[in-house]
Amino acid sequence: MIFKRSRTRSAPQEVPAVIPPGTKAGVKAGSILDPNEPSGPRDTAWQRARDNYRLVSPLNRRKFSIIVVGTGLAGAGAAATLADLGYDVTSVTYHDAPRRAHSVAAQGGINAARAKKVDNDSIHRFVTDTVKGGDFRGRESEAFRLAEESARVIDHMNAVGAPFAREYGGSLATRSFGGVQVSRTYYTRGQTGQQLQVAAASELARQVRAGRVKQYVRHEMVDLIVKDGQASGVIVRHLLTGELKPLLAHAVVLATGGYGNIYFRSTLAKNSNASAAWRAHRRGAHMAMPSFVQFHPTALPISSEWQSKTILMSESLRNDGRIWVPATPGDVRPPNEIPEEERDYYLERKYPAFGNLTPRDVASRAAKEAIDGGFGVGPLKNSVYLDFRDAIARLGLETIASRYGNLFHMYHDATGEDPTTSPMRIAPGAHFTMGGLWADYQLMTSIPGLFVAGEAGFGYHGANRLGANSLLSACVDGWFTIPYTVPNYLAGKLGQPLLDPDDPAVTETMADAYARFDRLLGIGGTRPPRDFHRELGEVLYSGCGVSRTREGLTHAIGAIRDIRERFARDLLIAGPVDRVNQELEYAGRVEDYLQLAELMCVDALEREESCGAHFREEYRSDTGEAKRDDSTWASILAWETGSWDDTPTFTRHVEPLSFEAVPLEVRDYR
Amino acid sequence: MKLTVRVWRQDGPLGEGRFDTREVDGVEPSMSVLELLDRYNHEVVTSGGEPVVFESDCREGICGACGIVVNGRPHGPVKRTPACHQRLNSFDDGATVTIEPFRAGPYPIIRDLMVERGALTEVLQAGGHVHVAAGTAPDADADRITFDTAEQALDFAACIGCGACVAACPNGSANLYLGAKLAHLSALPIPASERGSRARAMLNEADLMFGPCSLHGECAEVCPADIPLVAVSYVNRERLRAGIAGS
Repeated sequence: MIFKRSRTRSAPQEVPAVIPPGTKAGVKAGSILDPNEPSGPRDTAWQRARDNYRLVSPLNRRKFSIIVVGTGLAGAGAAATLADLGYDVTSVTYHDAPRRAHSVAAQGGINAARAKKVDNDSIHRFVTDTVKGGDFRGRESEAFRLAEESARVIDHMNAVGAPFAREYGGSLATRSFGGVQVSRTYYTRGQTGQQLQVAAASELARQVRAGRVKQYVRHEMVDLIVKDGQASGVIVRHLLTGELKPLLAHAVVLATGGYGNIYFRSTLAKNSNASAAWRAHRRGAHMAMPSFVQFHPTALPISSEWQSKTILMSESLRNDGRIWVPATPGDVRPPNEIPEEERDYYLERKYPAFGNLTPRDVASRAAKEAIDGGFGVGPLKNSVYLDFRDAIARLGLETIASRYGNLFHMYHDATGEDPTTSPMRIAPGAHFTMGGLWADYQLMTSIPGLFVAGEAGFGYHGANRLGANSLLSACVDGWFTIPYTVPNYLAGKLGQPLLDPDDPAVTETMADAYARFDRLLGIGGTRPPRDFHRELGEVLYSGCGVSRTREGLTHAIGAIRDIRERFARDLLIAGPVDRVNQELEYAGRVEDYLQLAELMCVDALEREESCGAHFREEYRSDTGEAKRDDSTWASILAWETGSWDDTPTFTRHVEPLSFEAVPLEVRDYR
Repeated sequence: MKLTVRVWRQDGPLGEGRFDTREVDGVEPSMSVLELLDRYNHEVVTSGGEPVVFESDCREGICGACGIVVNGRPHGPVKRTPACHQRLNSFDDGATVTIEPFRAGPYPIIRDLMVERGALTEVLQAGGHVHVAAGTAPDADADRITFDTAEQALDFAACIGCGACVAACPNGSANLYLGAKLAHLSALPIPASERGSRARAMLNEADLMFGPCSLHGECAEVCPADIPLVAVSYVNRERLRAGIAGS
């Protein structure tokens, strides 16, 4: 046991590090993982870590090559900053332009514990909110780093051209988000992600033009090159020519985003995928808590088979909209004909203290219970109402329209219905993945030299992410963590040459990649990749979605294996390998999803408690709420999987968690 | 509803193009034109053909990846709306929908509906950025930026980089895109310190690839980010200013 616990201030309910008991059939117990946190008090750990990190002198930096995969906030930030410091950086994206990375789509804002206002915000309150919001399944030490660097993130993004919303007097404007009692969310209209992403892409562009970053656009990472246990490069495929090429480096940073798209219909961009992270996992990087997925309560319901994604409506709508379903199951009357007393405002009924503003996991779960109970509304009975009638009556149409006009427009655009005369219909949609590649405090995965940043990692958010913490974590990783921790790793490698391109580690990984594409193209079946993806999405939504059961998960694993078996036999890919072939790209991603999906279910089955977004129906309190089991499961599970040729084998590693600044407590929103 | 879909097929930048026509039945008015293409492709693929190559990603109007021309208009018939939000309820049952790639000199066709818009990235690389190293920025509250200034910067910063403005312009001018970037950055105090050098770098680069502006105005009509036409005036304004004032 190398977990370093610190004892500085009184730690009222500190939990002893716990190791979960024996594992299920098919799951092997692994080792105890060390997060390599600095010892001592956590609130000053980041400063101590930086003081002790090794440095690379300016003249030696260009001798080190670093590959950064992904150009979202984490990837563009890391690549631009490392290049500016003098390292030889290669940046890879499958987009035609770095700016299109999916960070661009975040709407709400970015949190920062700048504590400029006198609403009594502080670093400690930020950490408390983040740790509690994550239901005590994230690292407290990293929440401190997030809080501490947050002020610099806002300053930097402001300087490089992100126009933040301002008060009339000219100071930065802030707003509040769910699960928080202070105003620390900085924003730019409903396009915060876009403004930060464009600024980040511009920084990257500056380094590309200066010759400090070699940029590969329209290139997809297809595998990781590992030599003697160290990450030594990646293999990329040119998406227009099909050419496979090894890129070699002293360190690799994966900033490739989350995998919510595994659910087929999600709030994510259609091309967002798990492949880079999953390929790294297949080469030995542990995957942490893959079943921790956030479902956004205010997504639009599915209206047709061909609807390609769930459109996300901003959480802010819940400030004035009231959520309800008919009190009688199967009530088919139009909403405006259902009288007040025959409506069930279930969030206000169940959670009077927070009402319609309960956190995302709670609101999504309540909606699912209503829908599953037969109270769902709309043609497919798969949604609940979000009603602005009372708010309009109270404040007037003009006020409500000025607050939500663009969202109403978007809703009308998507559904043809007018939310000012008839309530919106909303439903939970797969959104953000808290799970991801396991990494230590330095963001280094279990493969030395392989780092992970942003949503691709598992980081800060525990079992549930707070609104506006995702942009922040991506920015902190990219600009203010990776640029310290990667050099710390590289300093010990001075003089180490890049891998020889003829090294067997390179040629064998290349051969694997060729073989994989040949195999996929050679199946010659009858069904395109989208069909399998859609099926997988349905299995996951019902088996490993907003709520989970032992039976449901076991059934899902069987169903996933069945899809995987049919995929291997009946996949159809039109077109050849040596030019743009979007079906082939898609097939590779679906093949990876079909493996990751099983691991998600295994992870959810293994964790016999409910916490945050992971709600096991067997583990609930007397009032029906999520019931954590801190005596057994206050830990991060990180998975290693063996061969996938036949029946996969799973090894469960454990990183125990402890909390000293934020006392363990039960979340209660009643 | 049932639509007759004509889609442009082209094997490569120098290939000869043609329209493929197919009737697609059972589509719904709430589907987007991109979902129509998904559906079209499903039928092509399952009947042994090769799918139409087209780009899209976020499908919520912010990534700028989708770049198609529908019935002669970049993105589609509804003004200032991206292709992913162009619904089939714009068309009558039984109508013919013609889908082509963005057509502009600076955008070579890669295949079918996929075009190369790297020219937009190149002008950004030339000067659409700010020289501030990570960690060296001053307090963001130190410079007072008034509400109106921030809002004005945001109006121009809303550009999603789709490049429809260029495709809509008879001259292949990128002045809406360029002007939006110049206007956005010159409104903010720290980025404005490089205003002159930025204008020179971006506009010199752009002059090599894009045509001139003749105030036709079609760019603003198709802009899914609602960039106002006045953005084009910033190109000459910043050009003139950079020439006279220097910096």
